[in-house]
Amino acid sequence: MAKKGYDAGVKEYRDTYWMPEYEPKDTDILACFKITPQPGVPREEVAAAVAAESSTGTWTTVWTDLLTDLDHYKGRAYRIEDVPGSDDAIYAFIAYPIDLFEEGSIVNVLTSLVGNVFGFKALRALRLEDIRFPIAYVMTCGGPPNGIQVERDKMNKYGRPMLGCTIKPKLGLSAKNYGRACYEGLRGGLDFTKDDENVNSQPFMRWRDRFGFVQDAIEKAEKETGERKGHYLNVTAPTPEEMYKRAEYAKELGTPIIMHDFFTAGFTANTGLANWCRDNGLLLHIHRAMHAVVDRNPNHGIHFRVLAKCLRLSGGDHMHSGTVVGKLEGDRESTLGWIDCMRDSFIKEDRSRGIFFDQDFGSMPGMLPVASGGIHVWHMPALVNIFGDDSVLQFGGGTLGHPWGNAAGAAANRVAVEACVEARNAGRELEKESKEILTSAAKHSPELKIAMETWKEIKFEFDTVDKLDIQHK
Amino acid sequence: MSKVQDYPSRLGDNASRKFETFSYLPAMNEKQIRQQVQYIVDQGYNPGVEHTEVENAMDNYWYMWKLPLFGETDVDTILAECKECHDANPDNHVRLIGYDNYAQSQGASMVIYRGKGFK
Repeated sequence: MAKKGYDAGVKEYRDTYWMPEYEPKDTDILACFKITPQPGVPREEVAAAVAAESSTGTWTTVWTDLLTDLDHYKGRAYRIEDVPGSDDAIYAFIAYPIDLFEEGSIVNVLTSLVGNVFGFKALRALRLEDIRFPIAYVMTCGGPPNGIQVERDKMNKYGRPMLGCTIKPKLGLSAKNYGRACYEGLRGGLDFTKDDENVNSQPFMRWRDRFGFVQDAIEKAEKETGERKGHYLNVTAPTPEEMYKRAEYAKELGTPIIMHDFFTAGFTANTGLANWCRDNGLLLHIHRAMHAVVDRNPNHGIHFRVLAKCLRLSGGDHMHSGTVVGKLEGDRESTLGWIDCMRDSFIKEDRSRGIFFDQDFGSMPGMLPVASGGIHVWHMPALVNIFGDDSVLQFGGGTLGHPWGNAAGAAANRVAVEACVEARNAGRELEKESKEILTSAAKHSPELKIAMETWKEIKFEFDTVDKLDIQHK
Repeated sequence: MSKVQDYPSRLGDNASRKFETFSYLPAMNEKQIRQQVQYIVDQGYNPGVEHTEVENAMDNYWYMWKLPLFGETDVDTILAECKECHDANPDNHVRLIGYDNYAQSQGASMVIYRGKGFK
């Protein structure tokens, strides 16, 4: 029981929510925000405001505050740092007691942490850079329905990255022609083909027809090659009911893997589908359409490493991670940081990779990062080096654009990945010796030779927009 | 640009069947195989030898040759075991597994002797 009586009115946030002496508890959820304050607003006040508005506080005192123990429930801004390379932005570290959040609900965590506070007028910009989920909270989440080890055993793929291919054109193919494109890629040596994210159930190709023809493609390619194959059947749908209907049919066909777009569909749908996959033994591939809307601006939004951690808790076996080398945005060190967040059991704080907190996932399985977007055989040595064995390397145009067709394009990629793994295991430096490794593999593979001739000049050398914050003055 | 070539894989041709990692590369020579076995040892994996009739290569379980060679780090010993398995089952695929205790999975798996009809 504190002081006597109720004082209505407006108090400064920092009186309540700025606690530099606070020692975060092992069970707290910790967040690091990059805050760009409006001119003239003191940094402690702005950090405290973010802590308040993302937890218990509102702009004025209310009498019902006195009916609870706000000192227990409030978020606490406990540290402020300068952002390297910036004159006005700060990092604010905020600790939230675990009982502010519903167990196993990424939806609830995000609704609090990135809710109203992002529209708060005292801030010019706000970005959630990282979250530390305490192991106590991690254990309330389902996580990946299968995980990397189970997927390897089910698909019988060991000691190398898996290979995929997104079927193009993205839109407009009939179900039977689409299945043909899948069959050709799979018989040529790919492990997976993939629905593009915007392939759902349009008039030109309804989902049920696609699922049937694609399953036929998988089965024939398996018989022909003697290897296990899959295709990410996209079950993303307008309603959860429709999504489950499609997933049930995929299971009935005996297909090994389905796909979902977690961000456009939302975490409620995604967590439900992940639970369904766990119950029904299907692998779950996660696409990330819409992510760049919130994660690309270096000053405002949510960093992708946060989305990756949230998705791991919500559930998925694969997740798109960027390629570093292809056509889509992705800084190398930063990418290495978030692929650790996808795969590892324990990730140590490492500012050089943008990791602000130690993160313990305990026994929660990992997800395979999927590198996809504008990559081709010449990128293979770098990709194997960056991503290692536990990854899916996905060549869309880099398979289908082969002058002899998809089967040859697939074979070129398969020969290239195996040659790179062989060379790496033999102790060679992949990125330095990439040309010799590929050229020598191409001697035995006319498909690879033509692929190398086709794509030798194509690079995507644009500067990354979202870089790690470093001192540059 | 050269003329388009056919991709010559056929359901009716057993030689079109693959057997996972490294089966898209030509068979390795002795030096190359030794490097791969050394890699398995260097990773701390436990080597294990398995074999199968070529027509059953897609099964989850191949015949285990004796027991995995737990803790074995001598490349010659590992290769001698593969050879012994091959001599006893000359028509079969013989593969070497690297069991990764920590990932509770196979860190490596490669066919060392290709079965009858496979180059």
